[in-house]
Amino acid sequence: MAAINRDDVAHLARLAHIEMSAEELDRMAGELAVIVESVKSVSEAAGEDVPATSHPIPLTNVFREDVVGHTFTAEQSLTGAPDAYEGRFKVPAILDED
Amino acid sequence: MTENNSELIRFTAAQLADKLAAGEVTAVEVTQAYLDRIAAVDGKVNAFLHVNTEEALAVAAEVDAIRAAGGAAAEELHVLAGVPIAVKDLIVTIGQPTTAGSKILEGWHSPYDATVVERLRAAKMPILGKTNLDEFAMGSSTEHSAYGPTHNPWDLERIPGGSGGGSAAAVAAFEAPLALGTDTGGSIRQPGAVTGTVGVKPTYGGVSRYGAIAMASSLDQIGPVSRTVLDSALLHQVIGGHDPRDSTSLQDPLEDLVAAARTGNVDGMKIGIIKALHGEGYQAGVENRFNESLELLKGAGAEIVEVSCPNFKYALGAYYLIMPSEASSNLAKFDGVRYGLRVLPEEGPLTIERVMGATRAAGFGDEVKRRIILGTYALSAGYYDAYYGSAQKVRTLIQRDFDAAFAKADVLISPTAPTTAFKLGEKLNDPLAMYLNDVATIPANMAGVPGLSLPGGLADEDGLPVGIQLLAPARQDARLYRVGAVLESLLEAQWGGPLLDKAPALTDTAPAVPSPTDSSSADAVASHGGSH
Repeated sequence: MAAINRDDVAHLARLAHIEMSAEELDRMAGELAVIVESVKSVSEAAGEDVPATSHPIPLTNVFREDVVGHTFTAEQSLTGAPDAYEGRFKVPAILDED
Repeated sequence: MTENNSELIRFTAAQLADKLAAGEVTAVEVTQAYLDRIAAVDGKVNAFLHVNTEEALAVAAEVDAIRAAGGAAAEELHVLAGVPIAVKDLIVTIGQPTTAGSKILEGWHSPYDATVVERLRAAKMPILGKTNLDEFAMGSSTEHSAYGPTHNPWDLERIPGGSGGGSAAAVAAFEAPLALGTDTGGSIRQPGAVTGTVGVKPTYGGVSRYGAIAMASSLDQIGPVSRTVLDSALLHQVIGGHDPRDSTSLQDPLEDLVAAARTGNVDGMKIGIIKALHGEGYQAGVENRFNESLELLKGAGAEIVEVSCPNFKYALGAYYLIMPSEASSNLAKFDGVRYGLRVLPEEGPLTIERVMGATRAAGFGDEVKRRIILGTYALSAGYYDAYYGSAQKVRTLIQRDFDAAFAKADVLISPTAPTTAFKLGEKLNDPLAMYLNDVATIPANMAGVPGLSLPGGLADEDGLPVGIQLLAPARQDARLYRVGAVLESLLEAQWGGPLLDKAPALTDTAPAVPSPTDSSSADAVASHGGSH
């Protein structure tokens, strides 16, 4: 497995929508390289034949009755929103154009 | 009044429940005593992010009124009605802010209650407030809280563990008799260990997580925090059981955990020592207290066997791939649109992407950013199989280790954490050293099995609390209480009272008060209890 470098961190930060300063990228790259190195052994621990476990106690077909349960009003849903307009979330421009 | 209060707060939840039922104290007196204690010591401890004075007293007054009126309504009161509780600030509550210890949710109020909070309200337990935690429960010291660290009541210069350091410290400092925690890799048990308190991570799915802000959905579990094993059982019984709003919630009926704690017995039981979870890397004082606990259990009729669990050595690494992967996905919802903080970029066009980037940069702390980036990396194309896929296979191997171990033993035992509480700041700049605190607690989360930590004494070298961890097979939480209650009573008989009697008083004026299990002090509270 490849080591993680500054360019990787910059790319990952973009994917994760976290703006990072140059200083932060340097520091994060150093810290993550140490962490990634320490978890490497995981990839060699299990053979091909070992199945993956996603949940510790798997439950299947967890359904409920198809009836309307508790719902929030638009007003309740918007109480924590940083910006709202006429009962809706107000979002900054989606596209980078005028 | 001060003297009176300082005795009242030292009763266990079970003792308070009895005194309330007998009319020896009122719920308002009990709640006020805890609020007074919070006012007196929380400036030093910083266990609370919000204190819920008005509502807590109103609920207490309601319990007192129902009890005073008598009749069916009084008969139907829950056994813990009027016994106050603190709630970790990762769990949402109507009427109080929920911050998750993060700037990104500063001042946010949930429009709904978590299921566990609904159950506390149904039991009429006054909620004292919300407790401090590492941001989004990411940490082992509470130092990653955006609102300052919590201090360990045993030594204010030291960490109270994490992420639930606030809940554990609140209980250890007698600021609450009970608290709720969440445990993803040890966040209930490790703080319990370093603060000399009891903490339980129930079987995965045993307690509803509806309303707990998710970190790693396949690992997270809500559970009780208390000063005694019986108190945890009482609280577990309130919050446990099926909830249709959590699709991972188990349908199994809840066992009688309180009965298990009251009828503790280890005679003829096989208790397995996990070879991988003690010895090298564990502080000498931790090992000593652990070995003494084994001797006590042997003396009570248990058979000690050794189990190997060879794949536990991969648990920490696998955890630090699975947990960040799930966290990076769960935390994507903090986008500066639906709730919490919105920060505008200082220059350039105001697009959603740029607002999101600026909001998350300002709203998340370093550890959260580290884990999001690590998770994004582990899930990215080309690395998924090597990292996330491999980690999920390790999870299978750990489950198999537990299966083999539980074929040889009824419960397993280990130290809860490799060391006692370290100094605040000591490991803050070394993430990997911080992660090692959870080496003994993580396997349980990976396999979904329940675990309990209880105080095992004080380490010789530093006089700080050591935790003993018990692990049981999935759905066998009752065994933890059965064994935990026995070990607790044997240890307390040696110490001559609860371990917390040895903790500093935290107030300059009030000297350490004798344990309320001493009947003379219990009578004193009753006779000075004022009007009921």
